[in-house]
Amino acid sequence: MFKVRVIPCLDVKDGRVVKGINFVDLRDAGDPVEAAIAYDAAGADELCFLDITATHENRGIMLDVVRRTAEACFMPLTVGGGVRTVDDIKVLLRSGADKVSINSAAVSRREFVKEAAEKFGDQCIVVAIDAKRVKRGGGGERWEIFTHGGRNSTGIDAIEYAQEVVSLGAGEILLTSMDRDGTRIGFDIPLTQAVADSVPVPVIASGGVGNLDHLVDGIRQGHATAVLAASIFHFGEFTIRQAKDHMVRAGLPMRLDP
Amino acid sequence: MTVAIIDYGSGNLHSAAKAFERAARGMNVPEKIVVTRDPEVVFRADRVVLPGVGAFADCRKGLDALDGMVEAMTETVRDKARPFFGICVGMQLMATRGKEHVVTDGLDWIGGDVVKITPNEENLKIPHMGWNTLDMVREHPVLERLPLGPKGLHAYFVHSFHLAATSEADVLARADYGGPVTAMVGKDTAIGTQFHPEKSQRFGLALISNFLKWKP
Repeated sequence: MFKVRVIPCLDVKDGRVVKGINFVDLRDAGDPVEAAIAYDAAGADELCFLDITATHENRGIMLDVVRRTAEACFMPLTVGGGVRTVDDIKVLLRSGADKVSINSAAVSRREFVKEAAEKFGDQCIVVAIDAKRVKRGGGGERWEIFTHGGRNSTGIDAIEYAQEVVSLGAGEILLTSMDRDGTRIGFDIPLTQAVADSVPVPVIASGGVGNLDHLVDGIRQGHATAVLAASIFHFGEFTIRQAKDHMVRAGLPMRLDP
Repeated sequence: MTVAIIDYGSGNLHSAAKAFERAARGMNVPEKIVVTRDPEVVFRADRVVLPGVGAFADCRKGLDALDGMVEAMTETVRDKARPFFGICVGMQLMATRGKEHVVTDGLDWIGGDVVKITPNEENLKIPHMGWNTLDMVREHPVLERLPLGPKGLHAYFVHSFHLAATSEADVLARADYGGPVTAMVGKDTAIGTQFHPEKSQRFGLALISNFLKWKP
Protein backbone atom coordinates (compact mmCIF):
# COMPACT_ATOMS: atom_id res chain seq x y z
CA MET A 1 0.00 0.00 0.00
CA PHE A 2 1.17 3.50 -0.85
CA LYS A 3 2.17 5.54 2.19
CA VAL A 4 2.07 9.16 3.29
CA ARG A 5 5.52 10.76 3.60
CA VAL A 6 6.86 12.70 6.60
CA ILE A 7 9.77 14.94 5.62
CA PRO A 8 11.98 16.83 8.07
CA CYS A 9 13.61 19.91 6.59
CA LEU A 10 16.94 21.34 7.71
CA ASP A 11 18.02 24.92 7.04
CA VAL A 12 21.74 24.90 6.32
CA LYS A 13 23.96 27.97 6.26
CA ASP A 14 27.64 27.80 5.34
CA GLY A 15 27.53 24.04 5.91
CA ARG A 16 25.96 24.27 9.38
CA VAL A 17 22.42 23.59 10.58
CA VAL A 18 20.93 26.96 11.44
CA LYS A 19 19.09 25.80 14.52
CA GLY A 20 20.81 22.93 16.30
CA ILE A 21 19.15 19.56 16.44
CA ASN A 22 18.02 18.58 19.90
CA PHE A 23 16.34 15.24 19.61
CA VAL A 24 19.21 12.84 20.07
CA ASP A 25 22.67 13.01 21.53
CA LEU A 26 24.72 14.10 18.60
CA ARG A 27 28.41 14.74 18.82
CA ASP A 28 27.89 17.86 16.77
CA ALA A 29 24.32 19.14 16.73
CA GLY A 30 25.21 21.65 14.03
CA ASP A 31 26.47 19.13 11.47
CA PRO A 32 23.77 18.54 8.84
CA VAL A 33 25.24 15.14 7.98
CA GLU A 34 24.88 13.93 11.56
CA ALA A 35 21.34 15.27 11.67
CA ALA A 36 20.59 13.48 8.40
CA ILE A 37 21.95 10.19 9.77
CA ALA A 38 19.80 10.58 12.89
CA TYR A 39 16.67 11.27 10.82
CA ASP A 40 17.48 8.30 8.58
CA ALA A 41 17.67 6.05 11.64
CA ALA A 42 14.49 7.60 13.04
CA GLY A 43 12.48 6.53 9.99
CA ALA A 44 12.04 9.81 8.11
CA ASP A 45 10.64 9.09 4.64
CA GLU A 46 12.71 11.73 2.90
CA LEU A 47 15.04 14.50 3.86
CA CYS A 48 15.14 18.08 2.72
CA PHE A 49 18.07 20.50 2.94
CA LEU A 50 17.46 24.16 2.34
CA ASP A 51 20.71 26.00 1.69
CA ILE A 52 20.40 29.56 2.96
CA THR A 53 24.07 30.38 2.43
CA ALA A 54 24.24 33.96 1.30
CA THR A 55 27.58 34.07 -0.50
CA HIS A 56 28.43 32.38 -3.72
CA GLU A 57 31.87 31.34 -2.43
CA ASN A 58 30.38 29.23 0.32
CA ARG A 59 28.02 27.32 -1.95
CA GLY A 60 30.60 24.61 -2.54
CA ILE A 61 30.33 23.66 1.14
CA MET A 62 26.77 22.48 0.52
CA LEU A 63 27.97 20.09 -2.18
CA ASP A 64 30.27 18.49 0.33
CA VAL A 65 27.39 18.19 2.82
CA VAL A 66 25.24 16.55 0.14
CA ARG A 67 28.07 14.21 -0.86
CA ARG A 68 28.72 13.09 2.72
CA THR A 69 24.99 12.65 3.37
CA ALA A 70 24.57 10.48 0.28
CA GLU A 71 27.45 8.30 1.46
CA ALA A 72 25.81 7.67 4.82
CA CYS A 73 22.05 7.81 4.18
CA PHE A 74 20.25 5.60 1.69
CA MET A 75 17.07 7.61 1.56
CA PRO A 76 15.68 10.25 -0.81
CA LEU A 77 17.24 13.68 -0.46
CA THR A 78 15.91 16.98 -1.81
CA VAL A 79 18.15 20.04 -1.85
CA GLY A 80 16.97 23.59 -2.42
CA GLY A 81 18.13 27.14 -1.99
CA GLY A 82 19.87 29.26 -4.59
CA VAL A 83 19.26 26.87 -7.48
CA ARG A 84 19.40 29.16 -10.51
CA THR A 85 20.98 27.31 -13.42
CA VAL A 86 20.96 23.92 -15.10
CA ASP A 87 24.55 23.63 -13.93
CA ASP A 88 23.53 24.19 -10.28
CA ILE A 89 21.16 21.23 -10.65
CA LYS A 90 23.72 19.05 -12.36
CA VAL A 91 26.31 19.44 -9.60
CA LEU A 92 23.73 18.83 -6.85
CA LEU A 93 22.48 15.64 -8.51
CA ARG A 94 26.04 14.52 -9.18
CA SER A 95 26.84 15.08 -5.50
CA GLY A 96 24.01 12.80 -4.43
CA ALA A 97 20.78 14.83 -4.29
CA ASP A 98 17.79 12.98 -5.74
CA LYS A 99 15.64 16.02 -6.26
CA VAL A 100 16.32 19.72 -6.36
CA SER A 101 13.88 22.39 -5.41
CA ILE A 102 13.68 25.57 -7.45
CA ASN A 103 12.09 28.67 -5.96
CA SER A 104 12.70 32.26 -7.08
CA ALA A 105 14.56 31.29 -10.25
CA ALA A 106 11.31 29.75 -11.51
CA VAL A 107 9.33 32.85 -10.54
CA SER A 108 11.62 35.13 -12.49
CA ARG A 109 12.00 32.78 -15.45
CA ARG A 110 9.43 30.00 -15.90
CA GLU A 111 11.32 28.44 -18.81
CA PHE A 112 13.95 27.35 -16.33
CA VAL A 113 11.53 24.69 -15.04
CA LYS A 114 11.11 23.34 -18.56
CA GLU A 115 14.84 23.31 -19.28
CA ALA A 116 15.51 21.54 -15.98
CA ALA A 117 12.76 18.94 -16.43
CA GLU A 118 13.80 18.18 -20.00
CA LYS A 119 17.40 17.72 -18.99
CA PHE A 120 16.98 15.77 -15.74
CA GLY A 121 13.43 14.41 -15.85
CA ASP A 122 10.25 15.67 -14.17
CA GLN A 123 10.78 13.36 -11.21
CA CYS A 124 13.71 15.31 -9.82
CA ILE A 125 12.38 18.83 -10.28
CA VAL A 126 10.49 20.18 -7.27
CA VAL A 127 9.12 23.71 -7.51
CA ALA A 128 8.95 25.43 -4.13
CA ILE A 129 6.09 27.90 -3.86
CA ASP A 130 5.91 30.51 -1.10
CA ALA A 131 2.34 31.80 -1.00
CA LYS A 132 0.57 34.44 1.07
CA ARG A 133 -3.07 35.52 1.37
CA VAL A 134 -3.74 38.84 -0.28
CA LYS A 135 -6.91 40.96 -0.10
CA ARG A 136 -8.15 41.99 -3.48
CA GLY A 137 -10.52 44.79 -4.43
CA GLY A 138 -14.17 43.88 -3.79
CA GLY A 139 -13.39 42.02 -0.56
CA GLY A 140 -12.10 38.90 -2.30
CA GLU A 141 -9.00 37.01 -1.22
CA ARG A 142 -6.47 34.96 -3.08
CA TRP A 143 -3.00 33.57 -2.58
CA GLU A 144 -0.07 35.20 -4.31
CA ILE A 145 3.55 34.18 -4.77
CA PHE A 146 6.07 35.95 -2.57
CA THR A 147 9.83 35.81 -2.84
CA HIS A 148 12.72 36.69 -0.50
CA GLY A 149 11.26 34.96 2.52
CA GLY A 150 7.82 36.46 2.06
CA ARG A 151 8.98 40.08 1.78
CA ASN A 152 8.55 40.66 -1.95
CA SER A 153 5.17 40.49 -3.58
CA THR A 154 4.98 39.34 -7.20
CA GLY A 155 1.23 39.69 -7.83
CA ILE A 156 1.22 36.14 -9.32
CA ASP A 157 -1.74 33.93 -8.41
CA ALA A 158 -0.43 30.87 -6.54
CA ILE A 159 -2.84 28.35 -8.05
CA GLU A 160 -2.31 29.50 -11.62
CA TYR A 161 1.43 29.50 -11.01
CA ALA A 162 1.34 25.94 -9.63
CA GLN A 163 -0.54 24.75 -12.70
CA GLU A 164 1.87 26.54 -14.97
CA VAL A 165 5.05 25.09 -13.44
CA VAL A 166 3.52 21.60 -13.50
CA SER A 167 2.70 21.99 -17.19
CA LEU A 168 6.36 22.95 -17.71
CA GLY A 169 7.55 19.76 -16.02
CA ALA A 170 7.63 20.19 -12.24
CA GLY A 171 7.26 16.70 -10.77
CA GLU A 172 6.30 17.86 -7.30
CA ILE A 173 5.23 21.05 -5.53
CA LEU A 174 6.63 22.10 -2.16
CA LEU A 175 3.98 24.52 -0.93
CA THR A 176 4.75 26.84 1.98
CA SER A 177 2.26 29.24 3.49
CA MET A 178 4.15 32.40 4.38
CA ASP A 179 1.24 33.40 6.65
CA ARG A 180 1.64 30.23 8.68
CA ASP A 181 5.40 29.67 8.54
CA GLY A 182 6.76 29.81 12.10
CA THR A 183 3.33 30.34 13.70
CA ARG A 184 2.78 26.74 14.88
CA ILE A 185 -0.98 27.05 14.32
CA GLY A 186 -1.14 24.55 11.47
CA PHE A 187 -0.95 24.50 7.67
CA ASP A 188 -3.05 26.92 5.63
CA ILE A 189 -5.54 24.18 4.77
CA PRO A 190 -7.61 26.06 2.14
CA LEU A 191 -4.39 26.99 0.31
CA THR A 192 -3.03 23.44 0.47
CA GLN A 193 -6.30 21.97 -0.73
CA ALA A 194 -6.72 24.51 -3.51
CA VAL A 195 -3.26 23.78 -4.91
CA ALA A 196 -3.35 20.00 -4.35
CA ASP A 197 -6.72 19.73 -6.10
CA SER A 198 -5.61 21.77 -9.09
CA VAL A 199 -2.41 19.89 -10.05
CA PRO A 200 -1.87 16.23 -10.98
CA VAL A 201 1.52 15.95 -9.21
CA PRO A 202 2.22 15.37 -5.50
CA VAL A 203 2.05 18.39 -3.19
CA ILE A 204 4.13 18.64 0.00
CA ALA A 205 2.42 20.79 2.64
CA SER A 206 4.72 23.11 4.60
CA GLY A 207 4.58 26.00 7.04
CA GLY A 208 2.90 26.22 10.42
CA VAL A 209 3.09 22.77 12.01
CA GLY A 210 2.82 23.02 15.79
CA ASN A 211 1.36 19.67 16.76
CA LEU A 212 0.77 16.21 15.32
CA ASP A 213 -2.87 16.83 14.44
CA HIS A 214 -1.66 19.45 12.01
CA LEU A 215 0.18 16.76 10.05
CA VAL A 216 -3.03 14.72 9.78
CA ASP A 217 -4.99 17.81 8.68
CA GLY A 218 -2.49 18.55 5.91
CA ILE A 219 -3.13 15.15 4.35
CA ARG A 220 -6.79 14.61 5.12
CA GLN A 221 -8.18 18.12 4.67
CA GLY A 222 -5.39 19.68 2.62
CA HIS A 223 -5.13 16.71 0.22
CA ALA A 224 -1.34 16.89 0.32
CA THR A 225 0.57 13.65 -0.35
CA ALA A 226 3.40 14.51 2.03
CA VAL A 227 4.02 16.79 5.01
CA LEU A 228 7.15 18.75 5.78
CA ALA A 229 8.06 20.09 9.20
CA ALA A 230 11.13 21.49 10.88
CA SER A 231 10.95 22.79 14.44
CA ILE A 232 8.61 20.17 15.95
CA PHE A 233 11.22 17.56 15.08
CA HIS A 234 14.44 19.52 15.48
CA PHE A 235 13.67 20.64 19.02
CA GLY A 236 12.87 17.15 20.15
CA GLU A 237 9.22 17.90 20.83
CA PHE A 238 8.15 14.89 18.80
CA THR A 239 10.04 12.08 17.16
CA ILE A 240 9.34 10.97 13.59
CA ARG A 241 7.96 7.76 15.02
CA GLN A 242 5.55 9.60 17.34
CA ALA A 243 4.34 11.63 14.38
CA LYS A 244 3.79 8.50 12.32
CA ASP A 245 2.09 6.60 15.14
CA HIS A 246 -0.26 9.53 15.59
CA MET A 247 -1.04 9.58 11.88
CA VAL A 248 -1.68 5.83 11.94
CA ARG A 249 -4.16 6.29 14.80
CA ALA A 250 -5.88 8.90 12.66
CA GLY A 251 -6.28 6.24 9.97
CA LEU A 252 -3.53 7.34 7.55
CA PRO A 253 -1.29 4.76 5.83
CA MET A 254 2.26 5.23 7.15
CA ARG A 255 5.55 3.40 6.69
CA LEU A 256 6.73 2.01 10.03
CA ASP A 257 9.64 -0.14 8.83
CA PRO A 258 12.20 -1.02 11.51
CA MET B 1 34.88 -9.92 -8.19
CA THR B 2 33.96 -6.77 -10.05
CA VAL B 3 30.59 -5.07 -10.20
CA ALA B 4 30.38 -2.63 -13.10
CA ILE B 5 27.91 0.24 -12.69
CA ILE B 6 27.36 1.75 -16.12
CA ASP B 7 27.75 5.52 -16.30
CA TYR B 8 25.89 6.75 -19.35
CA GLY B 9 25.16 10.23 -18.14
CA SER B 10 21.86 9.32 -16.53
CA GLY B 11 21.05 9.76 -12.94
CA ASN B 12 22.58 9.75 -9.59
CA LEU B 13 25.40 7.24 -9.86
CA HIS B 14 26.94 8.45 -6.63
CA SER B 15 24.14 7.02 -4.47
CA ALA B 16 23.92 3.80 -6.45
CA ALA B 17 27.67 3.25 -6.18
CA LYS B 18 27.67 4.07 -2.45
CA ALA B 19 24.78 1.68 -1.78
CA PHE B 20 26.54 -1.17 -3.62
CA GLU B 21 29.77 -0.39 -1.75
CA ARG B 22 27.94 -0.43 1.57
CA ALA B 23 26.23 -3.74 0.76
CA ALA B 24 29.50 -5.26 -0.50
CA ARG B 25 31.33 -4.31 2.70
CA GLY B 26 29.07 -6.61 4.68
CA MET B 27 30.02 -9.65 2.63
CA ASN B 28 32.68 -12.33 2.95
CA VAL B 29 33.97 -11.93 -0.57
CA PRO B 30 34.55 -8.24 -1.07
CA GLU B 31 33.23 -6.99 -4.38
CA LYS B 32 34.94 -4.21 -6.24
CA ILE B 33 32.43 -1.59 -7.33
CA VAL B 34 33.46 0.23 -10.51
CA VAL B 35 31.58 3.10 -12.13
CA THR B 36 32.44 2.93 -15.81
CA ARG B 37 31.81 4.20 -19.32
CA ASP B 38 34.13 1.57 -20.79
CA PRO B 39 32.52 -1.42 -22.58
CA GLU B 40 35.71 -3.45 -21.94
CA VAL B 41 35.20 -3.11 -18.17
CA VAL B 42 31.59 -4.22 -18.54
CA PHE B 43 32.65 -7.15 -20.71
CA ARG B 44 35.08 -8.36 -18.03
CA ALA B 45 32.78 -7.62 -15.05
CA ASP B 46 31.28 -10.35 -12.89
CA ARG B 47 28.09 -8.36 -12.36
CA VAL B 48 26.56 -5.46 -14.24
CA VAL B 49 24.32 -2.68 -12.90
CA LEU B 50 22.39 -0.27 -15.11
CA PRO B 51 20.90 2.63 -13.15
CA GLY B 52 18.86 5.36 -14.80
CA VAL B 53 16.56 8.28 -14.18
CA GLY B 54 14.81 10.57 -16.61
CA ALA B 55 13.00 9.79 -19.82
CA PHE B 56 13.27 6.42 -21.62
CA ALA B 57 14.33 7.86 -25.00
CA ASP B 58 17.02 10.08 -23.45
CA CYS B 59 18.42 7.17 -21.49
CA ARG B 60 18.50 4.95 -24.57
CA LYS B 61 20.27 7.71 -26.46
CA GLY B 62 22.81 8.07 -23.66
CA LEU B 63 23.47 4.34 -23.66
CA ASP B 64 23.89 4.21 -27.44
CA ALA B 65 26.32 7.12 -27.27
CA LEU B 66 28.80 4.83 -25.52
CA ASP B 67 30.27 2.99 -28.46
CA GLY B 68 30.01 -0.79 -28.00
CA MET B 69 28.25 -0.62 -24.61
CA VAL B 70 24.99 -2.33 -25.60
CA GLU B 71 27.00 -5.10 -27.28
CA ALA B 72 29.19 -5.50 -24.18
CA MET B 73 26.12 -5.68 -21.94
CA THR B 74 24.44 -8.19 -24.21
CA GLU B 75 27.49 -10.45 -24.40
CA THR B 76 28.19 -10.27 -20.67
CA VAL B 77 24.62 -10.82 -19.53
CA ARG B 78 23.02 -12.87 -22.29
CA ASP B 79 25.96 -14.94 -23.54
CA LYS B 80 28.20 -15.19 -20.48
CA ALA B 81 25.17 -15.31 -18.11
CA ARG B 82 26.53 -12.79 -15.62
CA PRO B 83 24.02 -11.31 -13.14
CA PHE B 84 22.50 -7.99 -14.18
CA PHE B 85 20.57 -5.43 -12.15
CA GLY B 86 18.55 -2.68 -13.89
CA ILE B 87 17.29 0.14 -11.69
CA CYS B 88 14.32 2.38 -12.54
CA VAL B 89 14.79 3.45 -16.20
CA GLY B 90 17.68 0.95 -16.26
CA MET B 91 15.02 -1.71 -15.62
CA GLN B 92 12.64 -0.21 -18.16
CA LEU B 93 15.37 -0.40 -20.81
CA MET B 94 15.21 -4.20 -20.47
CA ALA B 95 11.79 -4.08 -22.20
CA THR B 96 11.02 -4.49 -25.90
CA ARG B 97 9.96 -0.87 -26.33
CA GLY B 98 9.46 2.34 -24.41
CA LYS B 99 6.37 4.42 -25.07
CA GLU B 100 7.23 7.54 -23.10
CA HIS B 101 6.39 10.48 -25.43
CA VAL B 102 7.89 8.60 -28.40
CA VAL B 103 8.29 4.92 -29.21
CA THR B 104 11.88 3.82 -28.59
CA ASP B 105 13.45 0.38 -28.82
CA GLY B 106 14.60 -1.19 -25.57
CA LEU B 107 17.07 -4.05 -25.17
CA ASP B 108 14.22 -6.57 -25.55
CA TRP B 109 15.45 -8.86 -22.78
CA ILE B 110 11.98 -8.84 -21.22
CA GLY B 111 9.02 -8.92 -23.60
CA GLY B 112 6.70 -5.96 -23.13
CA ASP B 113 6.27 -2.22 -23.43
CA VAL B 114 6.97 0.60 -20.99
CA VAL B 115 3.68 2.46 -20.66
CA LYS B 116 2.20 5.22 -18.53
CA ILE B 117 0.71 4.14 -15.22
CA THR B 118 -3.01 4.83 -14.92
CA PRO B 119 -4.12 4.76 -11.28
CA ASN B 120 -7.88 4.25 -11.08
CA GLU B 121 -8.28 6.39 -7.98
CA GLU B 122 -8.78 10.07 -8.53
CA ASN B 123 -6.72 11.23 -5.56
CA LEU B 124 -3.60 9.33 -6.62
CA LYS B 125 -0.98 11.59 -8.17
CA ILE B 126 1.48 10.96 -10.98
CA PRO B 127 4.46 10.47 -10.58
CA HIS B 128 4.01 7.53 -8.19
CA MET B 129 6.41 9.13 -5.74
CA GLY B 130 7.06 7.65 -2.33
CA TRP B 131 7.07 4.42 -0.35
CA ASN B 132 5.05 1.37 -1.25
CA THR B 133 4.92 -2.28 -0.22
CA LEU B 134 5.58 -5.11 -2.69
CA ASP B 135 3.54 -8.20 -3.50
CA MET B 136 5.64 -11.13 -4.58
CA VAL B 137 4.53 -12.73 -7.83
CA ARG B 138 7.33 -15.25 -8.14
CA GLU B 139 10.00 -16.41 -5.70
CA HIS B 140 13.54 -15.43 -6.56
CA PRO B 141 16.93 -15.71 -4.77
CA VAL B 142 17.30 -11.89 -4.63
CA LEU B 143 14.04 -11.70 -2.64
CA GLU B 144 15.11 -14.31 -0.13
CA ARG B 145 14.40 -13.49 3.51
CA LEU B 146 12.90 -10.10 2.64
CA PRO B 147 9.53 -9.49 4.28
CA LEU B 148 7.13 -8.52 1.47
CA GLY B 149 3.36 -8.17 1.29
CA PRO B 150 1.04 -5.60 2.91
CA LYS B 151 2.84 -5.84 6.24
CA GLY B 152 6.30 -6.13 4.74
CA LEU B 153 9.06 -3.60 4.16
CA HIS B 154 8.70 -0.64 1.80
CA ALA B 155 10.52 0.37 -1.36
CA TYR B 156 10.95 3.92 -2.69
CA PHE B 157 9.39 4.64 -6.07
CA VAL B 158 9.60 7.68 -8.36
CA HIS B 159 8.11 7.03 -11.79
CA SER B 160 5.23 7.71 -14.16
CA PHE B 161 5.78 4.75 -16.51
CA HIS B 162 6.20 1.04 -15.85
CA LEU B 163 7.11 -2.15 -17.68
CA ALA B 164 3.98 -4.02 -18.76
CA ALA B 165 5.51 -7.47 -19.27
CA THR B 166 4.00 -9.74 -21.92
CA SER B 167 4.75 -12.86 -19.91
CA GLU B 168 3.60 -13.13 -16.30
CA ALA B 169 6.59 -15.43 -15.71
CA ASP B 170 8.95 -12.45 -16.04
CA VAL B 171 7.31 -10.48 -13.22
CA LEU B 172 8.77 -10.99 -9.74
CA ALA B 173 6.85 -8.39 -7.74
CA ARG B 174 4.14 -5.78 -8.07
CA ALA B 175 3.06 -2.74 -6.12
CA ASP B 176 -0.48 -1.46 -5.86
CA TYR B 177 -1.05 2.13 -6.90
CA GLY B 178 -4.68 2.35 -7.90
CA GLY B 179 -4.05 -0.90 -9.78
CA PRO B 180 -1.03 -3.14 -10.29
CA VAL B 181 2.34 -1.58 -11.07
CA THR B 182 5.31 -3.72 -12.13
CA ALA B 183 7.83 -3.33 -9.32
CA MET B 184 10.35 -6.02 -10.21
CA VAL B 185 11.14 -8.23 -13.18
CA GLY B 186 13.50 -11.15 -13.61
CA LYS B 187 14.51 -13.46 -16.40
CA ASP B 188 17.52 -15.76 -16.64
CA THR B 189 20.42 -13.89 -15.00
CA ALA B 190 18.87 -10.43 -15.21
CA ILE B 191 16.68 -8.65 -12.69
CA GLY B 192 15.28 -5.15 -12.62
CA THR B 193 13.48 -2.97 -10.09
CA GLN B 194 11.24 -0.02 -10.86
CA PHE B 195 11.91 1.27 -7.35
CA HIS B 196 15.24 2.59 -6.12
CA PRO B 197 17.02 0.09 -3.86
CA GLU B 198 19.77 2.67 -3.29
CA LYS B 199 17.12 4.94 -1.73
CA SER B 200 15.14 2.28 0.10
CA GLN B 201 17.12 2.28 3.34
CA ARG B 202 17.58 -1.15 4.97
CA PHE B 203 15.29 -2.95 2.56
CA GLY B 204 17.22 -1.66 -0.42
CA LEU B 205 20.61 -2.58 1.04
CA ALA B 206 19.34 -6.09 1.90
CA LEU B 207 18.11 -6.53 -1.68
CA ILE B 208 21.46 -5.37 -3.09
CA SER B 209 23.26 -7.80 -0.77
CA ASN B 210 21.08 -10.62 -2.06
CA PHE B 211 21.92 -9.62 -5.62
CA LEU B 212 25.65 -9.61 -4.85
CA LYS B 213 25.35 -13.11 -3.32
CA TRP B 214 23.21 -14.46 -6.15
CA LYS B 215 24.90 -17.22 -8.16
CA PRO B 216 22.53 -18.09 -11.00
